[in-house]
Amino acid sequence: MKQEYLMGNGAIALGALSAGVGLIAGYPGTPSSEIIETAAKWNDGSVHIEWSVNEKAALEVAAAASYSGMRTLVTMKQVGLNVASDPLMSLAYVGVEGGLVVVSADDPGPISSQTEQDTRRFAEFARIPVFDPASPEEAFQMIQDAFECSEKYHTPVLLRPTTRVCHGYAAISIPEKFSPKPAVGFEKNTARWVIFPRSSYLNHVRIETRNPELGREFSVYQYNTIEGAMNADKAILTGGVSYAYLKEIVKNRQDIKLIRVGTPFPMPEDFLLKALDGVKELLCVEELSPYLEESAQKLAGLYHLNLTIRGKRTGDVPHAGENSADSLRNIVAAFAGGECKGGESPDMTDAPALPVRPPVLCAGCPHRASFYAVKVAMKGKKANFCGDIGCYTLGNAMPLDMVDTCLCMGAGVTMAQGLHWANPDSVNFAFIGDSTFFASGMTGVVNALYNNAKMVLVLLDNSTTAMTGHQPHPGTGKTMMGDIVAKIDPVKILEGMGVGKIRVVNPLDLKAAVEAVQDCAATDGVTAVIFRSPCIAGIKPGNPAVISDRCVQCKKCIREIGCPGLIIRDGKVAVDGSLCNGCGLCAQICPTGAIMV
Amino acid sequence: MNKDILLCGVGGQGIVLVSKLLAASAMAAGETVHSAETIGMAQRGGSVTSHIRIGESYSPLIPSGCASLMLAFEPAEAVRNLPLLHKDGTVIVSSAAVMPVTASLTGGSYQAEPMLDFLRARVKKVITADPESLCASLGSVKYFNVVMLGVALAAGEIGLPKDIVRQSVENRVPEKFREVNKKALMIGEEYYKNIAGK
Repeated sequence: MKQEYLMGNGAIALGALSAGVGLIAGYPGTPSSEIIETAAKWNDGSVHIEWSVNEKAALEVAAAASYSGMRTLVTMKQVGLNVASDPLMSLAYVGVEGGLVVVSADDPGPISSQTEQDTRRFAEFARIPVFDPASPEEAFQMIQDAFECSEKYHTPVLLRPTTRVCHGYAAISIPEKFSPKPAVGFEKNTARWVIFPRSSYLNHVRIETRNPELGREFSVYQYNTIEGAMNADKAILTGGVSYAYLKEIVKNRQDIKLIRVGTPFPMPEDFLLKALDGVKELLCVEELSPYLEESAQKLAGLYHLNLTIRGKRTGDVPHAGENSADSLRNIVAAFAGGECKGGESPDMTDAPALPVRPPVLCAGCPHRASFYAVKVAMKGKKANFCGDIGCYTLGNAMPLDMVDTCLCMGAGVTMAQGLHWANPDSVNFAFIGDSTFFASGMTGVVNALYNNAKMVLVLLDNSTTAMTGHQPHPGTGKTMMGDIVAKIDPVKILEGMGVGKIRVVNPLDLKAAVEAVQDCAATDGVTAVIFRSPCIAGIKPGNPAVISDRCVQCKKCIREIGCPGLIIRDGKVAVDGSLCNGCGLCAQICPTGAIMV
Repeated sequence: MNKDILLCGVGGQGIVLVSKLLAASAMAAGETVHSAETIGMAQRGGSVTSHIRIGESYSPLIPSGCASLMLAFEPAEAVRNLPLLHKDGTVIVSSAAVMPVTASLTGGSYQAEPMLDFLRARVKKVITADPESLCASLGSVKYFNVVMLGVALAAGEIGLPKDIVRQSVENRVPEKFREVNKKALMIGEEYYKNIAGK
């Protein structure tokens, strides 16, 4: 064994490798992306690791490898589980041979997500076990336990870390060497592997018989714990990282019983009944949904417990947002009495007003140029702009203001069609990134062509998955196994589908870009502008722009494109040399030709 | 020992490296250590914090009033994160303001001095450091992160043996940048000794 200082996501990756995983597949999404990246870094080539085209594909690839006896890991963020839910629900019935663990990382806050959905609910919905770690150390152990559980009960198993667990660091003891557990190979058995109504009925019966058994097994699991005052009549029920926050604030108190559930489904009822013995008042502290709270309510109803249950549903704990040690202090003190004091901070009264630092597109980001070109091309015309999930969602910020809708991955392409049918007198655009196009944009284009919609697809091709940390994808020609493969060209895909007009243009050539957009907007049917320019974070920056004395301080450059590389210094327009990389967009906007690159 | 150290600044200032150097030093000294970074959706230029917790701890983030040291790479970010510092804690802060990237659009510019004045009024020990002058001989302000580490080390604020921290810098920085980072650490240490009159 050796010690490594690992991010929670790294601990999950190395826990899976320690468990003998033979295949890892997933799709990037904060806060889960580093699991696959870390696994790939440690891979000696014996594990197949891939960024799949989307979460559904990842789970299906893993499912069949698992049918063949291989241990497999699938990673995604919580909204990715929505995409993978179709295979997940069926796989819960069919079951697995080699252990299969799906990591779905939740994001309380949310810090970088569309929703505050709760993967524990998905586990309950799919009737499959879920493990809920409170720290990177627990995540390392739990993922190994999850593989054992999956194999023992022939079921897919969920591991549900949250952002603070995924992105926290701890020292973890890991084995010197990893090797995949040998797989027996696929054994044909249509009664087992082909899902049919009759077998699903039988599987449904089997699952509901198994789950109480799993609940009894979980009742003695090491991460279902009772601490503090065993005979207290007030107890707190918690799970996940909230357990860590509570430990922090009640560590010096002897009058509270702390009950932590590390396996929220199937609920370890025997454990919970024992833990609640003698308890008169229960406070449920958890992030996202009141899952434990409702589980306690069900248990109290079932067993006629004389128990008052407080939590989100009684207004004692907020429904939305993430918890913290600080946010829970007053809640615990109000429930249990006494004080839960933290450290004493400096006096913050009359603090000066602080600047806000909203996320913005980087200086020189080609997306800025793409949005601006469309904006210029459509000036004075009726047009709607559907956005999508990626860095380019930031195109909504002023002064660009070029994202009218954003719903979920790939939705922009299909929503532009809905806007067309309801607003036929507008030109309806869909902006989508290259990785997102492969993930879930392509089918939307087929839908537009088939149903005769009119729309302009704007593919922002920067040759990477930028927002989540520059993962490769089918258009980049690189894989997580280190192979160089043929790049899949979106232009050929669109041609093959039958898109009538496709214009490929460099967005940093403003005049050409505007002309291409106007051309596509004026053409009937489905048309596409491919804006092709690499992500600025992945290339060597050019020399910063220079502003000559021809500048008349009209500030049009700042007003029009809002580039962070353009600043006001001593009342005059200036270039921040540490940010500007000489993309030249501002030089093409300057009415006096004062900016040079 | 129990020690919470908060690093804060804006994206691109090398905070993650200092966080890793401190964690490696704590591990080398035989201490238990945890850390966490908050980066959110912020691209380059957004607020960044790194929480380092040495000794027994549970919460991945430092609770308010618990940090004994704040290494702030930007004056406004120091004020923003000040509630996490203990009232008797120490702040080591860059004197150079980094304007938000939206400042030119929104007119949201501000001055470093009122921020530093506020810190001096509310915190017992405030050490300011100027990136440009301290990094003049290093060729780039990007080494200011390790200069700050040197200041904290010389001020005795890290609570770990000095040689272990120096060794971590030597071991953990890529060979190409080893000499310049060693020099950066020394510049920070010398700077503190000078202003402290030692």
